[in-house]
Amino acid sequence: MKAQIYVTLKKSVLDPQGSTIERSLKQMGYDDVASVRIGKFIELDINSDDKAKAETQIKEMCDKLFVNPNIEEYRFELL
Amino acid sequence: MKNKKIGVVVFPGSNCDYDCYTAAKNIIGCNVDYIWHKDSNPGEFDAIIIPGGFSYGDYLRCGAVARLSPVMDVVAEHAKKGKLVIGICNGFQILCEAGLLPGALYMNKKLNFICEYTNIKVEQTESPFTSLCKKGQVLNIPIAHGEGQYTARPEVLDMLENENRIAFRYCTAEGDVTEEANPNGSRKNIAGILNESGNVLGMMPHPERAVDKKLGSTDGKLIIRAIGEWIV
Repeated sequence: MKAQIYVTLKKSVLDPQGSTIERSLKQMGYDDVASVRIGKFIELDINSDDKAKAETQIKEMCDKLFVNPNIEEYRFELL
Repeated sequence: MKNKKIGVVVFPGSNCDYDCYTAAKNIIGCNVDYIWHKDSNPGEFDAIIIPGGFSYGDYLRCGAVARLSPVMDVVAEHAKKGKLVIGICNGFQILCEAGLLPGALYMNKKLNFICEYTNIKVEQTESPFTSLCKKGQVLNIPIAHGEGQYTARPEVLDMLENENRIAFRYCTAEGDVTEEANPNGSRKNIAGILNESGNVLGMMPHPERAVDKKLGSTDGKLIIRAIGEWIV
């Protein structure tokens, strides 16, 4: 089983990388881009088929390590 | 001071450990020991310095991996006893990640790594670290960071303000706290904050780099000497 975790800055937190890339895209002529937010993508291979256990553990990993709840939020998928 | 001891924590990637060691040794004149980050029983210290650098290469987030090192349990225990902890730059980031200080530090507003002298205003003089400064005094102390933008939830920022826990703010040479004087976009121009009981300080500027005229400023001595006077 694979877990794919997306970590992003909270909406309320300014994203300096996102705003810089947004300006670059506009410069390149992509005028339809309204905004850009940049985050992290983490992929785990898991040696188990127990989805419930994996979900609990991934939540723990996010709360303890992958995510700083002061500035970030996350979502994940099990595949 | 011979019976007093300061510990300087060393992580893989710390790079201001020697500067902190030398500043503490020369200015305070007490014993100073390095504490390797894997050491879970290094003995007792009167104050602990968490120096700057790039612990664990800043992987994931600055300080996110370092805060899991065994030594951080020692630091937390030490702080719980009311003894002094100062985290400088990466040390400040680690203290926030460890939950010993509120809020977080993330990429500078303009994304660039900034290495320059800044002016910081001393906002309170009741703490063990600021007791030798005058309220409103402007200190000239350098910063060197890419991720020093301090942020916290609005209610946390209000709490820091109301509880007099903002130690330093970026300001102009005249002491005006303005947006232009804010190098990294920190909320409320915050350069350093204290924990609830005032014995843990985190600051982005490097006082240990401002201890000799040849380095451009000696203002950092005020903070280091204050630590020495407190632990006597």
